[in-house]
Order: sequence, then structure tokens, then C-alpha cells
Amino acid sequence: MFNLFKFASPASFYPLAGKLVTLFAIASVILLVIGLYMSFFVAPTDYKQGEGYRIMFIHVPAAWMSMFIYVVMACWAAAGMIWHTRLSSMMASALAPTGAMFTFLALWTGALWGKPMWGAWWVWDARLTSELILLFLYVGFMALESAIDDPRRAARASGLLALVGVINVPIIYYSVQWWNTLHQGSSIKVVKGGVETSMTEIMVWTLLIMTFACWFYTIAVALSRVRSIILERESDSSWVKEMLQGAKS
Amino acid sequence: MRDLTLAMRHRSDVLTTVFFFIIVVSLFPLGVGPEAQLLKEMAAGVVWVAALLASMLSLTRLFADDYHDGTLEQLLLVPQPLSLIVLGKVLAHWIISGLPLVLMSPLLGLQFGLEGDALIMLMLTLLLGTPVLSLVGSIGAALTLGLRGGGVLVSLLVLPLYIPVLIFGAGAVAANAAGMGAEGHLSLMGAILLLALVLAPWASAAALRISVE
Repeated sequence: MFNLFKFASPASFYPLAGKLVTLFAIASVILLVIGLYMSFFVAPTDYKQGEGYRIMFIHVPAAWMSMFIYVVMACWAAAGMIWHTRLSSMMASALAPTGAMFTFLALWTGALWGKPMWGAWWVWDARLTSELILLFLYVGFMALESAIDDPRRAARASGLLALVGVINVPIIYYSVQWWNTLHQGSSIKVVKGGVETSMTEIMVWTLLIMTFACWFYTIAVALSRVRSIILERESDSSWVKEMLQGAKS
Repeated sequence: MRDLTLAMRHRSDVLTTVFFFIIVVSLFPLGVGPEAQLLKEMAAGVVWVAALLASMLSLTRLFADDYHDGTLEQLLLVPQPLSLIVLGKVLAHWIISGLPLVLMSPLLGLQFGLEGDALIMLMLTLLLGTPVLSLVGSIGAALTLGLRGGGVLVSLLVLPLYIPVLIFGAGAVAANAAGMGAEGHLSLMGAILLLALVLAPWASAAALRISVE
């Protein structure tokens, strides 16, 4: 904990975030190129679903990220409520648009996949419905935050909403197991003594690379967004003014 | 108790909610046509969606009046825990807007051609479900207190959280009609109700403190 709180101050976090943005953006682009190449040319054709299954390489990471980002966002919101750190709530609001984007992406690619496989763009399946609720939760979070003028109150109110909505995440994750629905079960399961999968090794690797590409993309985008939020909210403070003057001269 | 007396004096408020409920339900047969079989199948869903909308309609008033005349700030200062006061207000809200819907539902179900067993089931699910609507809704109402366009925002915040109740509530009636037994759905609804009873007043109390300060 020795220097954790040092970076809780926007002034000291801003330059650090700038460095991290570049780092994660480069890593994300490299992984994305490798992952896309592997998912299109290296991964073998699925014996049951043919070539159409390849959309999974973006669908599954997007769905994972949509849930993961929500949990991270709720954690930041909780941290912001507990320690009253400005940066935590800024992080939460920086993550929300990316999370909403991934949720939308997961639904969209799911629809594209569902048309040839199930014969329907959309079915009212437990997992699809709860993912849709997740999208509404993201939208509600952003709407509430933008509706309140006072940024401190906005941060706390939307943080509370994020915490209430976090109940939905385990419901989405386990919906495939709880309800016997059309959406197929997880292909990767963490079981006792290792990881069990119904895919070939190369598919798993491609999936993991794509997931990390999405993950690093999220970090890069969220950090660059939080930099803008910091500048916007701290525009009255002296360090921002000094920095901007330094940039001009 | 004060809320109840106030509500009784503004009797039109209660009646508006109930009539809104009835009108929404009656719109469906006009919209989809009067085929008895189809209506019978959708009855539970229609009544549930209408109950959702009706209970949401009255949410904005849950704290708004107290907020405007300053009573809410006094309530924040009293020694009793705020969540308890919120619970009381939510209870009053439910008696005003939820209970009438529960009592009206068999009549509407009858219009849709539901039989005795299904009617009781519909009433039972609404009885378990409408308190959840009031409880969860109070969080949304507290969060949007005094905001521009609060009414629309409430629906955006609260409706996604209502969905599980809707699924199990309408599902119980459907399962019962299919002869599968609705115990599973009913126990899940009971679980949701208990969870909401414990967590929601606490969350709305926190939201109220944020909104008022």
C-alpha cells in the first residue's frame, strides 16, 4: 500500500496514465493482429459449425469483457464511495462507454452468429436477455451520470447504481448452467485440477490472444478517457494550468 | 402512516394508477385482436407488464413531495435509521399502488378468459412481486430525486432491474397453466422479495443521502 494512494491523486496519475496508454495500445494492436490472423487462417474449421464459428473469436472476448468491465466499474465505484477518491469515480465513468460498446458488440456478433446457426437473429433466451439487461444498465449508468450537474453527486449516485446492478453479472454468467437454454454452454470450464475445454488447443490460444487484445484495448481506451475526464474536472487546479502553459510555450 | 392518510386525501392519485393499469391491459385485446386462445396465453404477461408500468408511474411521487416541502431533510435528521423510514414509505407506496393492482388482477384475468386456478396463481405472483417493484423502484426514485427529466430516467434505471421479477412472475402463471407446477418460480420470487426487503431500503437510504446533501 506504500505508493498505491500516491497515484490516487489525479495530478500524479495523469502522467502515469499517459505512459500506460501508449504501452497498452501498442500491446493491444500487436495482439489484435496476431489474434485476427490466427482466427482467420490458422484455427481449423469446426466440424459441426463450419466456418461460421469464427465469429466466436470476437463474440466470446466481447461478452467476457462486457461482464468483466462491469465488475471492474462497480469495484471502482465502491472504492470511490469508501475512500472518496475522485479518481476512482472517474475511472468508473471512463469504463462505462467501453463496457457498453463490448456489450453491444457481443449482442451484435451473437445475432450474426445466431442467424445461420439457429435460424433467427434473436431468441428470447436467458443469456441473451440478461446481456441485454446489462446493456440497459450501462446506458442507465451513463444517463444518470450525465443527468446530474454536480460531478461529485453524479459520481456517487451512478456508483450506487453500478453496485446495485452488479447482481446481474453472475446471473448472466451462470444463466447457461441454470436454465437449459438455446445458447450453448461454456466451451472452456475451469474444473478441479485444470482447465477443461471442448475446443482444440489452437482455438483456445486464439481465443485467449483475442481476449487479451480486447483487454488491453479496454485499458488503453479507459485510461485515455480518464485523462480527458481529469483535465475536464480539474481544469481549475493549478497543475493543469501549469501543464497546459508548459505545452503551449 | 402519515403517507397513507395523505394518499387517502389525494384519492385521485390512487385511482389514476389503478385506471392506468386497467387501460393498459385493455389496450392489448384491441391491439392484437380478440382471439380467445391467444389472449388466454398472453394474459399473465400482459397483466404483469401493465403492473410494472403502473407501479413505475407512481414512483416519482414516492419522495418528491417530501423533497419539495423539506420534510425529507427533517427525516434525514431523526434518530431512527433512515432505511427504516424508507421501508415505511415503500410500504405505504405499495399499499397505495401495488395492493389495488393485486386486487384488480383477477377481474382483468377473467376478462382474458383465465380459469380459477390460473387466477389465483396470477394474484399470488402479483402479491409476491409488487412489493419488489416498490422496493427496487424506491432506489431509482431516490437516485433521480430533483433531477431534470427524472420521470424518464427512473424508467431507464428501474425497468432493467424489474425484468427478473417479470420473468418469474409471468413464468409462474405459464408453468402453472402448462401443468408443471409453479413452486420453483414462486420460491424464486419469494427469495427475490426477501433479498429486496433487506437490501433495497438500505440502498435507497444511501441514495437519498446523496441526493439531498
